[in-house]
Amino acid sequence: MATVVQETNVWARDALLNGCQAVAQAVRLADVDVIAAYPIRPYTEVMDALSKIIADGELDSEYIVADSEHSQFEIVKHASSVGARAFAGSSGTGWMYGFEALVVTATDRLCPLFVVGNRALDDPGAFGVEHNDALALRDMGWLLCWASTAQEALEHVLIGYRIAEDQRVLMPMALAMDGAFLTHSQHMVKVPSQEAVKRFLPPYNLGKRRLHPDNPVSIAPQVNEDWVMELRRQNWEAARRARTVIPKVYESFNDIFGPRYANPFFDEFMCEDAEVVLVGLGAVAMPARTAVRRLRERGKKAGYVNLRWFRPFPTEQLRATLGRMKGVGVIDRNFAHGSPDNGGIVVQDIRSCLYPLTQRPAVTDFIGGLGGRDISIDDCMRMLEITFEAAAGKQRDELVTWIGLRE
Amino acid sequence: MASQLPVIDYEKIKKIHDTPLEEFYTSGHRTCQGCESAMVMRDFAKASGPRTVVTGATGCMYVANTSYLTTPWIVPWMHTQLGAGGSSAVGMAAGLRALMRKGKIPQEKINVINFSGDLGAGDMGIGGISGALQTDYDLLIIMYDNESAANTDIQATGSTTYGAQTTFTPPGSKHRIMHRRWKKNVAAMLAVGHPTCRYVATASATFPALDFMNKTRKALSIGGPTFIHTFDPCPKGWDFHPRYSHELGELGVKSGIFPLYEIIDGQVIYTYDARQKGRIPVREYLEKQGRFAHLIDEDVDYIQHMVDTMWNEWEIPGVAPFRAGLSVAG
Repeated sequence: MATVVQETNVWARDALLNGCQAVAQAVRLADVDVIAAYPIRPYTEVMDALSKIIADGELDSEYIVADSEHSQFEIVKHASSVGARAFAGSSGTGWMYGFEALVVTATDRLCPLFVVGNRALDDPGAFGVEHNDALALRDMGWLLCWASTAQEALEHVLIGYRIAEDQRVLMPMALAMDGAFLTHSQHMVKVPSQEAVKRFLPPYNLGKRRLHPDNPVSIAPQVNEDWVMELRRQNWEAARRARTVIPKVYESFNDIFGPRYANPFFDEFMCEDAEVVLVGLGAVAMPARTAVRRLRERGKKAGYVNLRWFRPFPTEQLRATLGRMKGVGVIDRNFAHGSPDNGGIVVQDIRSCLYPLTQRPAVTDFIGGLGGRDISIDDCMRMLEITFEAAAGKQRDELVTWIGLRE
Repeated sequence: MASQLPVIDYEKIKKIHDTPLEEFYTSGHRTCQGCESAMVMRDFAKASGPRTVVTGATGCMYVANTSYLTTPWIVPWMHTQLGAGGSSAVGMAAGLRALMRKGKIPQEKINVINFSGDLGAGDMGIGGISGALQTDYDLLIIMYDNESAANTDIQATGSTTYGAQTTFTPPGSKHRIMHRRWKKNVAAMLAVGHPTCRYVATASATFPALDFMNKTRKALSIGGPTFIHTFDPCPKGWDFHPRYSHELGELGVKSGIFPLYEIIDGQVIYTYDARQKGRIPVREYLEKQGRFAHLIDEDVDYIQHMVDTMWNEWEIPGVAPFRAGLSVAG
């Protein structure tokens, strides 16, 4: 690890880290109590890095090598129930193997943080990125956001715990990172100092729900039709409240670490006067921004919205930004076979979000980059051009265009 | 047989009057009349005392037991998923250890117990329990074995006795016996596979009296990850009158079909040594249960033969079905 020491209060050092290593550094800084590991590419390197951090005495944490993702996630859930700050993660089919545990972690209103190194689901085997693994959480009462750089990944472990553990929220947090493009690409990362993180992230306090002999509660007894609706409603309210808590947490983060996030929910790139934008999640932001610049050089008013938070979905904020546009092209690095207009997952939420507007932009969808296939700058330019055409009223037979498909 | 028994420092309950009066699993549940698993639950809670945290895996003892606003649990209790018995215990034990070591909560001994049924512990969750038994956390997993998925109308599991009628294995005009699997040997399997696990036992809720409570205390005293498999006659699932629950447990042990033993630091200690005390015919145990009403003599003979083999021919009778041989391969 190449290290440049910087003597400031807030940043301890600059380091060359990939996404996985950056997350591991953040887990160290968050003083996590219990970590459960199980290997699957590409997220595994987070756990590789953490085991070394613990072996070197840089973090005091239980580190359990579980027998499966299901056990891994259950271990973390129950560690969280006794008041321990807990961390796990997975990718692709491993994530799906543990899915039952993920669902109950949310319905139990526990708040561990999970990293998802996005990976295609089997079959056939593919290591590369696809977002279906993390997106499967979208209706389950989780906080779900994407990092697009290693720096963001590091910072969103800290931001994620702070939001998840907030008494108004108490929801588990999933931080997604594109497999390979982020998990295994190196960036120069500013690593915060422990003192600054302490100021930002208070200790985990589960309050009256902590499982301990001094607090003899019964958690999750059978309720049936008597109470399930009321409990679901509480989850619903927590997810709603999260929308107002998230901006406050980013304000606090900006106060301590400098003005890093203008908009907590998504980054706008050249959107101010844009007529047409692409919307995407994760590492595709990089080629997309370059494509926007190139179209701008040709005088086309293009922009890019890097959607960070998917749950809670930033409805009002996106409505305000996308509502100004003539055309919106959604990049879906996922599939939703048989869904309305045969689009991906993200486009359904974007269209639903824009529907109440009287002046709606033309929305078109792109499915691309599946199984880790590269989405190039040229691909992004083509997507922008198609979106410009849709905005100009040119009818296409299908809502969806597959990008980079071998035909 | 080893001449010296291991010494374990625990407070043994010698007489029924010595049993603690305090209940930690009390009213509020709605288990059936004659439910032996409820006895097991009450007894382990009593034996382990107030400084205990419990997870209960999905199963009849969750659904019938712990209803919102009428919890029977005096000690803290949490539901866990069907296959998560082992991992729930690891999670709690790891969390408590980290918090104590880091000074976030006071240092003290807190008993961590998971209670899972035979479908949860013996079938779905056995990988997680295996993982738990490889750790160095202090935890106890109790598998309550009523030989069925009793929560969902009595379906066969890997622990159901050969030949039994369940809703997945009804006798029919073409197939008399639908359940053709021999009962899984869960406790011994876990003991054999986890040599650093210091305590594995089998128990019956009521026979011999106080035995299960003392085994619970032994497990918690020895520490590390431990496992107890209890044999719980179920009036509804096995089809007998609830007044005979204890008797059925006793007959199961005395017929040798369910061996009672402890494995402490690798040493097998029989709680009820059927070789010395003699075995009653398994027929006496089988004929009192409606679930075996369709068996014919040939089936009963087969079960008797398997039980005889278990006691007469296994290298460690009733425990491990190996025979050590001297022959060299090839």
